Amino acid sequence: MSKPKLPAMDGWFTMDAAAPHLLGSRCTQCKSYFFPREALFCRNPSCAGREFEDVPLSRNGTLWSYTTNHYQPPAPYVSPEPFVPYTVAAVELAAERMVVLGQLAHGVDPKTLKVGMAVELVLETLYTDDKAEYVVWKWKPAAV
Amino acid sequence: MAKEVAILGVGMHPWGKWGKNFVEYGVKACQDALADAGLEWKDIQFISGADTVRCGYPGYVAGATFAQALGWSGARVASSYAACASGATAMNTARAQILAGFCDVALVVGADTTPKGFLAPTAGERRDDPDWLRFRLLGATNPTYFAFYARRRMDVYGATDRDFAKVKVKNSKHGLANPNARYRKEVTEEEVLSSAMVSDPLRLLEICATSDGGAAVVLSSMDFARKRTTKPITVAAISTVTPRYPNTVIEMPNFATDSAASARVPDIAFRDSIAAAAYEEAGLGPEDMSLAEVYDLSSALELDWYENIGLCKPGEAERLLNDGATTLGGRVPVNPSGGLSCFGEAVPAQAIAQVCELVWQLRGQATGRQVDGANAGVTANQGLFGHGSSVIVKKG
Repeated sequence: MSKPKLPAMDGWFTMDAAAPHLLGSRCTQCKSYFFPREALFCRNPSCAGREFEDVPLSRNGTLWSYTTNHYQPPAPYVSPEPFVPYTVAAVELAAERMVVLGQLAHGVDPKTLKVGMAVELVLETLYTDDKAEYVVWKWKPAAV
Repeated sequence: MAKEVAILGVGMHPWGKWGKNFVEYGVKACQDALADAGLEWKDIQFISGADTVRCGYPGYVAGATFAQALGWSGARVASSYAACASGATAMNTARAQILAGFCDVALVVGADTTPKGFLAPTAGERRDDPDWLRFRLLGATNPTYFAFYARRRMDVYGATDRDFAKVKVKNSKHGLANPNARYRKEVTEEEVLSSAMVSDPLRLLEICATSDGGAAVVLSSMDFARKRTTKPITVAAISTVTPRYPNTVIEMPNFATDSAASARVPDIAFRDSIAAAAYEEAGLGPEDMSLAEVYDLSSALELDWYENIGLCKPGEAERLLNDGATTLGGRVPVNPSGGLSCFGEAVPAQAIAQVCELVWQLRGQATGRQVDGANAGVTANQGLFGHGSSVIVKKG
């Protein structure tokens, strides 16, 4: 029997495998977006907002920068054994006008990446333990 | 122009991987700085410590830790934490005490003992800590962020692997004769380019190591200094700015930038604002600087700093480097000490060490790495979580 899939971080993204979204918040007063969600005070110094609405962030963006890590990071990173290099991407979201990080989806050759290319959000397993598969958001070059 | 304070003495414990208690490095640096100033510990009225968070208690209360080690004297105390910028914040605290007239002479000290390998977040299950989460969810080490900026330089400005390697080659030459540098070995471009890839495009020899070390400065009022010397070196500015909203550049340890969807983007980006605030405070500009000590956490990041501190326009740093302007003997040598490239980073000591180097340069005491006719210099540094740091030192 396959293990249940759980988010590696509760409340940061939807678990809709076909079209996942990161979950941010937006100040109801100045309309600034925040990721991860902000719930207490608006961080815009010109805004006294204290109320926020949860908003799914755009699941498409453009690649701002990226890097492939060839050394195993320290804990709390959970590494496969043996360690496998992985790529981290910084992606610019047009509507929100912000850059959000995420790992690059498994199996994408980083040599095919270019700053400015279109990417979309997907879900993948980050690590597995005895109880569950823990899922995280990743970025993947958008299907043309 | 801000009021000035004098730097009467500087001292360092050599950087390395000594594996001793950080207090030992700090005390050695203090004793050297005091001797350099011609003062005794008991003359110090205020001690300002730059904190380390890695060495545990009493590392969290650095000022008092050093006061105790030097011998309780009743001196007043403060401790500052601003990650890599802690040293500048501690100096600023001491400066404010002097300028407010609460004391005449103060000692500023920072020291650290570092673990091997990557700097890691505090242990435990810490789901409310972005520093913990970025490792767990992304594997976003510090070099990951340095590599984002390096990749941007390549894709936006056409920088090459070779440009980045040349920064390392330059700094390795600069640091050769520096007795406080940890790495004193000349490297070639080929050696840099054949070292192991860490975070593409950055290689092992291009990424700052973690080091042990300690640095200290003695600051005083100008009146106090004039009784001892006719030519004091002065602190013309200390900038400890935070970012302005929205900060649109991704910064350690964040998952995302601020959103510029509804707030106007500031006229000046955070990293540009760090030295800009110091220049404004000093009433000086980049053209007045004889040299600079910048935070080369990576080879590529040193090129970003050339632009951030106004030595050239955005996109021109590679040319400045390749023209030799930032090499010893050039128009404005950058990191004549050898920089982090030759030191590695001892976090709470590093911003103080940058100032020590400026003082030795302005006094003409930087044997084997002297910038001819140095009159003024600037440091630049950025600490995790939004701590800017820039100090301008000049001949009084």
